[in-house]
Amino acid sequence: MAMQRQGGSTERQRDVLTTRRGLSVVGAALSLLLLWEVLALIVQIPILPTPLAALGTFATEFAQELGWHFVVSLLRVVASITLAVALATPAGLLLGQSQRLDRLFSPFIYLLYPIPKVVFVPIVLLFLGVGNLPKVVIVTMILFFQILVLVRDRAASIRPEILTSVRSLGAGRRAMFRFVYLPATLPAVLTAVRQSIGTAIAVLYVAELFATRYGLGYYIYLQGSTLFDYPKMYAGIIAMSILGLGLYVIVDAVERRTCRWMET
Amino acid sequence: MIELTDLSFAYPDESPVFHGFSWHVEAGEVWSVLGPSGCGKSTLLLLLAGLLHPRRGEVVIGGRRISRPRPRTGLILQEYGLLPWASVYDNVALGLRIRRFYGPDGRHVPQDEHVDRTEARTRVDHWLARLGIDDLADKYPGQISGGQRQRAAIARTLALQPDLLLMDEPFSSLDAPTRESLQALTLKLCAEAGLTVVLVTHNIEEAAFVGQHVLLLHVPPNREVRAVDNLHAADEAYRRSTLYQAACSLLREEIERGCRSTVGAPQRGLSEDG
Repeated sequence: MAMQRQGGSTERQRDVLTTRRGLSVVGAALSLLLLWEVLALIVQIPILPTPLAALGTFATEFAQELGWHFVVSLLRVVASITLAVALATPAGLLLGQSQRLDRLFSPFIYLLYPIPKVVFVPIVLLFLGVGNLPKVVIVTMILFFQILVLVRDRAASIRPEILTSVRSLGAGRRAMFRFVYLPATLPAVLTAVRQSIGTAIAVLYVAELFATRYGLGYYIYLQGSTLFDYPKMYAGIIAMSILGLGLYVIVDAVERRTCRWMET
Repeated sequence: MIELTDLSFAYPDESPVFHGFSWHVEAGEVWSVLGPSGCGKSTLLLLLAGLLHPRRGEVVIGGRRISRPRPRTGLILQEYGLLPWASVYDNVALGLRIRRFYGPDGRHVPQDEHVDRTEARTRVDHWLARLGIDDLADKYPGQISGGQRQRAAIARTLALQPDLLLMDEPFSSLDAPTRESLQALTLKLCAEAGLTVVLVTHNIEEAAFVGQHVLLLHVPPNREVRAVDNLHAADEAYRRSTLYQAACSLLREEIERGCRSTVGAPQRGLSEDG
């Protein structure tokens, strides 16, 4: 009983903290909108509509064309995240467990990791042509290295006494994966995704400028540079911001849920 | 229970830790292994656990030659080895989850052991209560003290109903009162279950309190068994007796002698001396 009461009070504390954090984020958002409003009222030029005008256009456009572009971009990012997690997590686990493999591959990772993957956009487009695949591939490349490196380091840093004692409980290779390596590295996967989601969407924007007629990158560029419909361009920018922010918040929430033990 | 025959072991590019070493432990005996650091105490334990493999000779436990960790052997380490992301309950349940994960395959899990969900829960609750940590079940290892962590590690191991318990400096990071109460509790639980126990320690007082027999290791290579019998071990009253003091000073002499020379000393029985 005592235990449950205690659990309940920490739960409540956590809820209070979450609410407080949420409120301060909303406060920050409102301040930024206010700043935008003031700037727009001062400069009074068509390329900077007021936030109210932009949000109004966003609301009407999202129900029509913009919504589709949003869904296409969202699906591309989600596909990239899924693919990157599916490829990089096992690779990272493998390198983290085997010093021999890590020695073999770490020079390659050292070379490839810091290269800004966005410069490969034209090459990937040349090789993979039009359609969704090249966009997904390029964003996957970005996420892949982030996840790989963090998972590898986390797997390699599992304390030896954990490995020894769990092995002594009868765990072979499969059980070590299931009960030690996987739960130990899951937070690293989430951290990597959260940290690189901004970059991933930036590069998606660039990739969507070429060889496609769907996606928020295409929409923003079309409205801003071809049709000169600035409110719609801003609506597209808002949609892309929501895409990035939304994914960030979701991953952040999952990370907090699964990593409660780290809070203490 | 344990039969080491003509065992030799060396780490790569190092001089041997054991050379032609033979040792015999009867089922139900409680042994301390005592010696200075670097004498091969932990190496011996890892060999018994099947986590290291001898170069020559063999390790036979319960009639079977050991080449990998044996399901009925429990291992407890100084650094607990708890999963930091799992609650105390989940840590204690870990061994049983692994058993259910493999099923009774005879390799990772004893062939005759079927643990269903209810049975597992009963056992975890039982051992949490026996170790006095049932009210910590929802805590994470990072939220509890060192003594409580070691209790969780012991509960996790005993929940698998081992017949042999290996302990490597299990109480060395604990303060004196915690250490003494946990020594007594562990010995009591082991005696109830009729476990064979091998406890490695560098602490003379601990070796003298825990071990009915004390195996003395010295500067390697260890070639022959030097052992001291210590028949009053594990009794709380013994800890305050002059006999216990005598045992400690005898062990200290033996250890110091072992450090100066590598000549094997004749076995001496404390019970006769006292």
